[in-house]
Amino acid sequence: MNFLDLIWLIPLFPLCGAALMLLVGKKLDPQPASDVAVAPGVEPIYDEHGHGHSHDHGHHHDHDHEHDHGHTHDHSHDAGHGHHHHSPLKFLVNIICPGMILLSFLLSAGAVWQLSNQANRVHQVIQFTWLAGLPFHMANGQLSTFQADWGFLLDPLSSVMILVVTGIGFLIHVYSTGYMAHDNGYYRFFGYLNLFVFFMLMLVLANNYALLFVGWEGVGLCSYLLIGFYFQKKSAGDAGKKAFIVNRVGDAGFVLGMLLMLSVLGTVRFTDVAAVLHSGQFTAETAGFGVLSAMALLLFIGATGKSAQIPLYVWLPDAMEGPTPVSALIHAATMVTAGVYMVARSAPLFQLTPSTSAIVATIGALTAIFAASIALVQNDIKRVLAYSTVSQLGYMFLALGVGAYWVAIFHLFTHAFFKALLFLGSGSVIHAMSGEQDMRYMGGLKSKIPITHWTMWVGSVAIAGIPGLAGFFSKDEILWQAYSSPLGSTLLWAMGLATAAMTAFYMWRLMNMTFYGKSRATPEVLAHVHESPRSMTVPLTVLAIGTVLAGWLGTPKLWKLPEFFHGFEGWLAPVFASAAGEGVHAAAKEAASEGLEWGLMGLSVLIAIIGISLARYLYFIKPEIPDRIHARMGPIHKLLYNKWYVDELYDFLFVNGLGKGGGRVCSSFDKNVVDGGVNGAGWLTRFSAKVSMWWDTWIVDGFVRFSSFSVKMLSYPVCILETGRVQFYALVVVVGVLAFFGYYVTR
Amino acid sequence: MHPVTTVHYLALSAALLLIGTVGVLTRRNIVVILMSIELILNAVNINLVAFSHAFGPDHVQGQIFAIFVITDAVAEAAVGLGILIALFRNKETVLADEIDLLKW
Repeated sequence: MNFLDLIWLIPLFPLCGAALMLLVGKKLDPQPASDVAVAPGVEPIYDEHGHGHSHDHGHHHDHDHEHDHGHTHDHSHDAGHGHHHHSPLKFLVNIICPGMILLSFLLSAGAVWQLSNQANRVHQVIQFTWLAGLPFHMANGQLSTFQADWGFLLDPLSSVMILVVTGIGFLIHVYSTGYMAHDNGYYRFFGYLNLFVFFMLMLVLANNYALLFVGWEGVGLCSYLLIGFYFQKKSAGDAGKKAFIVNRVGDAGFVLGMLLMLSVLGTVRFTDVAAVLHSGQFTAETAGFGVLSAMALLLFIGATGKSAQIPLYVWLPDAMEGPTPVSALIHAATMVTAGVYMVARSAPLFQLTPSTSAIVATIGALTAIFAASIALVQNDIKRVLAYSTVSQLGYMFLALGVGAYWVAIFHLFTHAFFKALLFLGSGSVIHAMSGEQDMRYMGGLKSKIPITHWTMWVGSVAIAGIPGLAGFFSKDEILWQAYSSPLGSTLLWAMGLATAAMTAFYMWRLMNMTFYGKSRATPEVLAHVHESPRSMTVPLTVLAIGTVLAGWLGTPKLWKLPEFFHGFEGWLAPVFASAAGEGVHAAAKEAASEGLEWGLMGLSVLIAIIGISLARYLYFIKPEIPDRIHARMGPIHKLLYNKWYVDELYDFLFVNGLGKGGGRVCSSFDKNVVDGGVNGAGWLTRFSAKVSMWWDTWIVDGFVRFSSFSVKMLSYPVCILETGRVQFYALVVVVGVLAFFGYYVTR
Repeated sequence: MHPVTTVHYLALSAALLLIGTVGVLTRRNIVVILMSIELILNAVNINLVAFSHAFGPDHVQGQIFAIFVITDAVAEAAVGLGILIALFRNKETVLADEIDLLKW
């Protein structure tokens, strides 16, 4: 069977699932009313033992209230619960939705396997012309035709992406069957999730920017829908809106970049764009900031929105209002990496624009260190992971910016494993803690939820950068590239290293506060702590194994392992091959500094160990110290805890400043100019109406009246004869007769 | 004693015509006007009969025609008086100069 020609089917499976869920799900749901019956602010769900608890309730909730709530389950809820839990519909959903993703995964795996056996590892399936040709003049005056296909491109880059999306996606779907088991709107959740996978697959399989943009917007929509899944909660709705609006800012950049590309290069198909850029028609803009740099920068602005980079990262931490599997799938493993994928896909463009690449690297490094600094002091377990995600995405952009595209994709790949693992693990913790998300009320969970503990332990070791696990290989490669690449610098490397230290610290702060030490939870919550069901622990285990193994595909060349162990670079190499021989240059530098590379690698491992030890010391051995540090470093802690006040700054600048100030300007413009124009036109109309009325009254009417008057005047002599008296008429007749008589007689 | 000739008849006819015409034009009462019209018709009848007699016994068309005119006069008087009664009911007058609806 030729899977390569069937790649168009890969996105179709999840679409079927989504259509089924969203179109007929509501009709089959046994209790649709309960969806809205829940009081705003709390989303009660029930575990196997029938104890109520609230999920994903948001860190700002009153703690005591939360625990009160844990005991306020009543019979009606219990009845609903029983009905809900065993409904055949739910069983059907459990089969269909993960099953569709599994089908996609199997098809993807088959297609990638066949692709790897081909000599030319690019396979394009163009089904039909989607946007048909409008002729237009390109920037150089040449006449071109706009055309976008409904086409799919499978090459090494997109094959990595589809395997990540469908593979991790499948695990998270399985996990969700356990995690969401007691939530209302079950079919709705899975419908959105399948729809998301469909759009994500469209995004990574599209063979042109226009179709990619369809997926790009589609995943944004699904992200919005899923962040606001608990729409009864105002904060969830607000977070969804925030994500949508912030992403629109980036999308504007994307669209402009795409249009500029169309105008300058005349095509949006990836293979054609690469061909034009490699044709020698355009040279690298090393000196200044030309049109290609502008194009790349606009595309990068799109990426900053979707992939949560400075300045558009603010939506991602708030996106944690969504259910935890959503955070894992969309806001950690797949959707937020769309920007990384898109920039990597535009590698032929970015290779020609060093100035934009420098911006990308700088933004990436800044985002990495900035988000990590915020993660140091957050208390909400999901928020730490959210900032960690922003930080890791910063790493990816750092790698993209220094021209190490394969490393960025490698980090995307490993990050998908360990961050999905960490998010799902945190979901399992929250599940066990009856909805508690604040780490200050956790602790000592290690023995109570052992599987969750050891899987998260693997994830945390991996992200901290301990050799042997996925995170180490990709992160260390990024640091080395940031240092050694012609586009890199010591400063970028230092920022990356500082981020690595902070990452190790905050992740182990999280682990220590959650799993070790004395429990700080209330006895009621503690009594209900239990390991999650199999549907949740099995995906965790699989992801943990993946986290251990994934990194071994990209070990440093330095280690001189067999070819297979650094096969990732070779697999992606054809996609990122530039027209100029840049690879030669990098290779030369690498050979010269082998000792240096060993040294830097050792340094980053050392710093990771220091971070881990410090976290253990501060949050396990001497847990009273952090409070003292907080007290002494008050302003800095406050600054970090409040996320550098960026949300407040944006509120001040954009929401209140530009938004309301701009509103005022617009309103005065409206009042004076627009309304002035309207009023002026109205006045003019009235004036001309008056003139025309005067003309009508005096000239037109005057003429009509004069003519009628003159007729009347002329009629008066005749009127005299009209007496109405019959005898007068008879007299006239007689006189007339006599006159005729007289005339004939006297003739 | 002079014999009665055609001229005498014609003179009588002319006199009746004159009296009738003057009556129609000057009298205000519609009943009298109708009577005056009868006079005019009778003047015509005398004319017809006089000429019929003058042309000899072979020419009786004039006399036959006079019979028709008498019939016609009766019918006309009946219609005229009918209209007069309708008028009187509406206007409460039989004076012609007070019925001037056709004035401009």
